[in-house]
Amino acid sequence: MNCSDTIVAPATPPGEGGLAVVRLSGPDSLAAVRKFFRPSGQVKEFASHHLYHGFLADGRGQNIDEVMVVYMQPPRSYTCEEVVEVHCHGGQQIVRAILDLFLSHGLRLAQPGEFTYRAFMNGRLDLTQAEAVARLIHSRSEAARVVALSQVEGRLSRAIHLFTEKLRRELVLIEAWIDFPEEDIPTQDTTRVRSQIYEIIEEISILLNTFETGRVFVEGASILLIGRPNAGKSSLLNALLGEERAIVTDIPGTTRDTLEEGLTIGGIPVRLIDTAGFRDSCDPVELEGVRRAKEKILSADLVLLLVDGSRPCHEEDLLALQACAEVDTILVVTKSDLGCVDLDPRFAGIRRVAVSAKTGDGLGLLREAVTSNFGADKGSVDRSVIVTEKRHNDALLKCRESLQRIIVSLDKQASLEFISSDLRDALGFLSVISGETTTEDILGDIFSSFCIGK
Amino acid sequence: MADYGKKYQVIVVGAGHAGCEAALAAARMGCRTLLLTMGLDTVAMMSCNPAIGGLAKGHLVHEVDALGGEMALNIDSTAIQFRRLNTRKGPAVRATRAQADRMAYSARMKRVLESEPSLDLKQGVVVSVETVSGRVVGVKTREGVDFYGRTVVLTTGTFMRGLIHVGLNNYSGGRAGEPASLGLSDCLRDLGFAVGRSKTGTPARLAGRSIDFSKLERQEGDDRIKPFSFLSNAPDIVQAPCHIAYTNEQTHEIIRNSLDRSPLYSGVIEGVGPRYCPSIEDKVVRFPERNAHQTFLEPEGRNSDEVYPSGMSTSLPPDVQLLFYRSMVGLENVEIMRPGYAIEYDFVEPTQIRPTLEAREVAGLFHAGQINGTSGYEEAAAQGLLAGINAALQATERSPITVGRDQAYLGVMVDDLVTQPTLEPYRMFTSRSEYRLLLREDNADQRLTELGRSVGLVSDQRWRSYQEKMDGLGRGRSRLAEQKITPADSAKVDSLGLKGLRNGVSFEEVLRRPEIGMDHLVKLDPDLARLAPAILEQLEISTKYEGYIQRQLEQVARFRELEQVRIPGTLDFATIEGLSNEVREKLIEVQPETLGQAGRIQGVTPAALAVLNIHLRKKIR
Repeated sequence: MNCSDTIVAPATPPGEGGLAVVRLSGPDSLAAVRKFFRPSGQVKEFASHHLYHGFLADGRGQNIDEVMVVYMQPPRSYTCEEVVEVHCHGGQQIVRAILDLFLSHGLRLAQPGEFTYRAFMNGRLDLTQAEAVARLIHSRSEAARVVALSQVEGRLSRAIHLFTEKLRRELVLIEAWIDFPEEDIPTQDTTRVRSQIYEIIEEISILLNTFETGRVFVEGASILLIGRPNAGKSSLLNALLGEERAIVTDIPGTTRDTLEEGLTIGGIPVRLIDTAGFRDSCDPVELEGVRRAKEKILSADLVLLLVDGSRPCHEEDLLALQACAEVDTILVVTKSDLGCVDLDPRFAGIRRVAVSAKTGDGLGLLREAVTSNFGADKGSVDRSVIVTEKRHNDALLKCRESLQRIIVSLDKQASLEFISSDLRDALGFLSVISGETTTEDILGDIFSSFCIGK
Repeated sequence: MADYGKKYQVIVVGAGHAGCEAALAAARMGCRTLLLTMGLDTVAMMSCNPAIGGLAKGHLVHEVDALGGEMALNIDSTAIQFRRLNTRKGPAVRATRAQADRMAYSARMKRVLESEPSLDLKQGVVVSVETVSGRVVGVKTREGVDFYGRTVVLTTGTFMRGLIHVGLNNYSGGRAGEPASLGLSDCLRDLGFAVGRSKTGTPARLAGRSIDFSKLERQEGDDRIKPFSFLSNAPDIVQAPCHIAYTNEQTHEIIRNSLDRSPLYSGVIEGVGPRYCPSIEDKVVRFPERNAHQTFLEPEGRNSDEVYPSGMSTSLPPDVQLLFYRSMVGLENVEIMRPGYAIEYDFVEPTQIRPTLEAREVAGLFHAGQINGTSGYEEAAAQGLLAGINAALQATERSPITVGRDQAYLGVMVDDLVTQPTLEPYRMFTSRSEYRLLLREDNADQRLTELGRSVGLVSDQRWRSYQEKMDGLGRGRSRLAEQKITPADSAKVDSLGLKGLRNGVSFEEVLRRPEIGMDHLVKLDPDLARLAPAILEQLEISTKYEGYIQRQLEQVARFRELEQVRIPGTLDFATIEGLSNEVREKLIEVQPETLGQAGRIQGVTPAALAVLNIHLRKKIR
């Protein structure tokens, strides 16, 4: 374990808690947080051990979550390094989005026990604790190894092995061209290498696209119900849950806060989130509800936009449509048992399902639409390989970056040793999943594939 | 036994490529040095191909030179052909290779040894290494003389219990026509060393006058010679050509039909041969789909008619050898002067030595070359140099030096030797280095000359020329940064093809463009033009490849972090909690000296390394 870079990881256990903490440790911690944190007040310098309120926004200025940030000046921190903790709302999506933000900034995901390891290396823990740390690292890495082994039979690891083998074949060629220029080996042909690498990039991209699907199977998906008051959100929620859970009345706007309910749809653990309705209002309670709903939209995996099919289109329906312009959305036309009026043309182009919470008509279609949204319809899940772990997704992303650098280098006619350098990096990233490729392996392949020896 | 009386500080056993460098280094560092060899007429003999250098090997020769060794100077003055390989590839993998005049190479090296004042060159067969309570005190010879030595460097080559195979016949010998060294490996075994058995081979030597060169493709040397040594100028020589010949289906048929008379295929040979240097019978068996194998016919020297057919080593019986060589175009009437053979010999498992090349179990005893399970003249020379330096340092009570993986191929090799199990004779390849872009032939002096100077091996002349290069580099660097080309400067803009230039750019920025080379800039700036070609080359490389080089430097920084954590020799790995048994056994076997080294042992996981690190910190507190 390297102790000079900056690491990041959740400091609270996974699962749905009210709050979660993401911890950063290392020289770049404060700079990384400053880049994305928008304090609500004026903050020139962060005082150590003070809480600052504000929002964490991604590179495009989009808010991720409302957070509290605390900076701990070294050595007065758990690791004795520069540490920043981000206290955010609980929930896997938010934590994941925050991690993504810092990883894309160049930080590294911490290894099991690494914060504690650093704490020890920096003299924070005493001797008796040291033994405990050693045991902890040992047992955690063992646990990780067992998980890895259980995946050896899995499709993902087979797919990664395939990439490793293909990349290794190209590396073998390249190393043979470099080290044995006077030997009887196939003549140098980088166009073939290029097309092979390109193919692997494409395959990795396909695999990376499954991460969303893979993730929702493990972490679950959050589905937000929005629509104007009395569009039938609570009825639909109850119909899907199969029980009367939300408060349903005929008075518009009865649901004053977001309600969360867990169920599974097509094998995916789903959290249905009911929101207060959308409407132009001056009622402060309701305004607060609308604000929260808008915020929730951005962190949802899918939005069900409810429109009462039995009534003409209302200004507030369009308001709701506007609010979910940037997320995956299914248009749910409710109250199909009460007959149907024509929808406003602005709703065209969105997937649409007509349901009746009362009769249960269309609920099956809605379930299907939800599962297919996550690429998890029965057929495709059985056959395809999916990435479920953040760690694996990260490794594949970095591998693809290295491979893309190779394409650029090849197009610039760079010499083979530079290609080799990136190719080794790419293999190194895959080794997180598929085990290491050593120089000895490469040499072995060279000598068994080519007749070398002067 | 008679005590010779003179007290040597360093005794070197064996005068091959390792032994010569070891003895010269020790003597030049001021030690009373003895070089003992079984035969004074075979000093620095090239037992196999008459060539020095090539990929990674050429890099090693440059490193030997940068540290103040002799190999580069010796080949520069005795080569009969120079070739630079991979000239169309990047700077890190360009390498120099030369055909040597075998006898001239040996004769010059002998003369260099003889003219070193504090070095005694003697003929004698060492039968044992003498120790007193775990420390070496000298050697005993078959002739009945005891030599006292503070330190001893063993460079035994293929001689320890050497067994030569020609067909199913075998006999004791260290090289064709020379006896084996018997007794020494038993002595080492008694001292507690694990001794293994290796195998290598060599082709027949052919009579040049019986070859029809007119039927073969010629391969000439380079028009512009680039010598090995940083001190040499390009020698003014008429270069000798090599020729290329091919085997054919008939050749392969003859070989296949005679495999029952091969010691390799009938199970007579027990040692493991190198995969990168298969015999011709191995090639035919392992690659049955190939209908031809190429061979370079290399001349052995200006005063010799012998020709070396590379890639054709064999241990088949002489009658089969003659038959298959004669089946090749151009060799129809060839005469064999010396038959090819395989040789088995003893080596000592190198995991028992330290990165200084000193044996862990016997203080003052150093191993270099094939005794460490390596192969190749260049690999031997580099180790010999390091062993000689450290023997001399110890004899004069100074601290030893080690060379890092980030510093030199020599460092990569030694580190591999002491941490990895020996599966076959070890040869250097550029792919073995993870910092290949930094370890180039052209910058070997920048990597190592200061180290050589610090131990007293680099001469004043070499030091001056090195400092001149460094000064020139500094001047050149600031020149590149300061000189600007502005859009108004139409003559310069046109000559560099920079049409459409809007803002002023520095030379440095211009040089980063792939289509512009240093030769373009030199024409525009007399100050740059005054710098030596080697300096201009350095400037061009460091500017053009800055991004890649920077990335490797960052990797090196991370690598050094673990490399700096030393593991005390007193540490008992068996007592460390939290390590698996497998890891514990590996650590006990290899006894790594740094945390980085521990991490390179196969099977030592990052988690195990973290546990080890915690344990070390605990000890310190």
